[in-house]
Amino acid sequence: MTALALMPPPEHVHWWFATGVLLVGMCLLARAIVGAEVWDRRPWRRYLWASLLFTLGILLWPVTVFFTSSTMHAIAHAAWAQVTMLAGAAALGLAAEKLRSPLWSLTMPLALGVSGAAFLVHEQNGWLFARSAFVHHMCGWILIGGSFVALGLTFRPRSAALAAAFGLTFVVLAVVLYADRDVAPVFGHLSPDAGVPHR
Amino acid sequence: MRRSARAVAVLSIGPVAVLAGIVWALLQPYRLTMLDPAGQGFWWLIAQPPLYVIAAGVFFHAVIAPGVVADVEDERA
Repeated sequence: MTALALMPPPEHVHWWFATGVLLVGMCLLARAIVGAEVWDRRPWRRYLWASLLFTLGILLWPVTVFFTSSTMHAIAHAAWAQVTMLAGAAALGLAAEKLRSPLWSLTMPLALGVSGAAFLVHEQNGWLFARSAFVHHMCGWILIGGSFVALGLTFRPRSAALAAAFGLTFVVLAVVLYADRDVAPVFGHLSPDAGVPHR
Repeated sequence: MRRSARAVAVLSIGPVAVLAGIVWALLQPYRLTMLDPAGQGFWWLIAQPPLYVIAAGVFFHAVIAPGVVADVEDERA
């Protein structure tokens, strides 16, 4: 049996990450609803979403190693893993008050911007080539949009609207990731070069 | 005891996720390979995305939401 046969299909990896992203999104939404003061009242909760984000960054490394179909994929996944870990670690440092400067929050728009660019760069097909191509373009632009929300939140950390938009960014990202299929039509379009479709 | 709007909103996040997972499973039952497991490989048998959504909603509602709601009500009192 080859190593390839032991690997999960890429769409399954997207669904697992979608679940982690959904949990981050739900935590951020709840934090936006009750406010940072109430959310941070219990020490374990203060670290929760940042820990989840850091864990997602760590888990991106196996993706980098095992789903390397091209140099571009390897670079995109590795850059993405690094900035996600950096943003998670900075959020943990800020929660623990080991990091004092609020400018460390800038790691979040950096992470979302680089992640969005990574999604867009490593998808070499057009939007309607197949479902997976559409999902990659969609995720890329959601993340780049989310980077502007995170940038606004860095300078207006008490804005409930920005905090809610930040949480919703992760929820929408999860929904799009769950929609991924390796080879399936999108809005009735499927390139004949994409392969044999399945539901 | 009448709950605050913020408490109700937090308590609704998990059930909304669970409901979304159930609706998804009803609309696309083929996403649940356990309903027709014949011929499915290992990865396809553990990949049940609507159940992932339901599990995330249940986890949030059971583990995270109660403490958040208690703290919101404490602040309000």
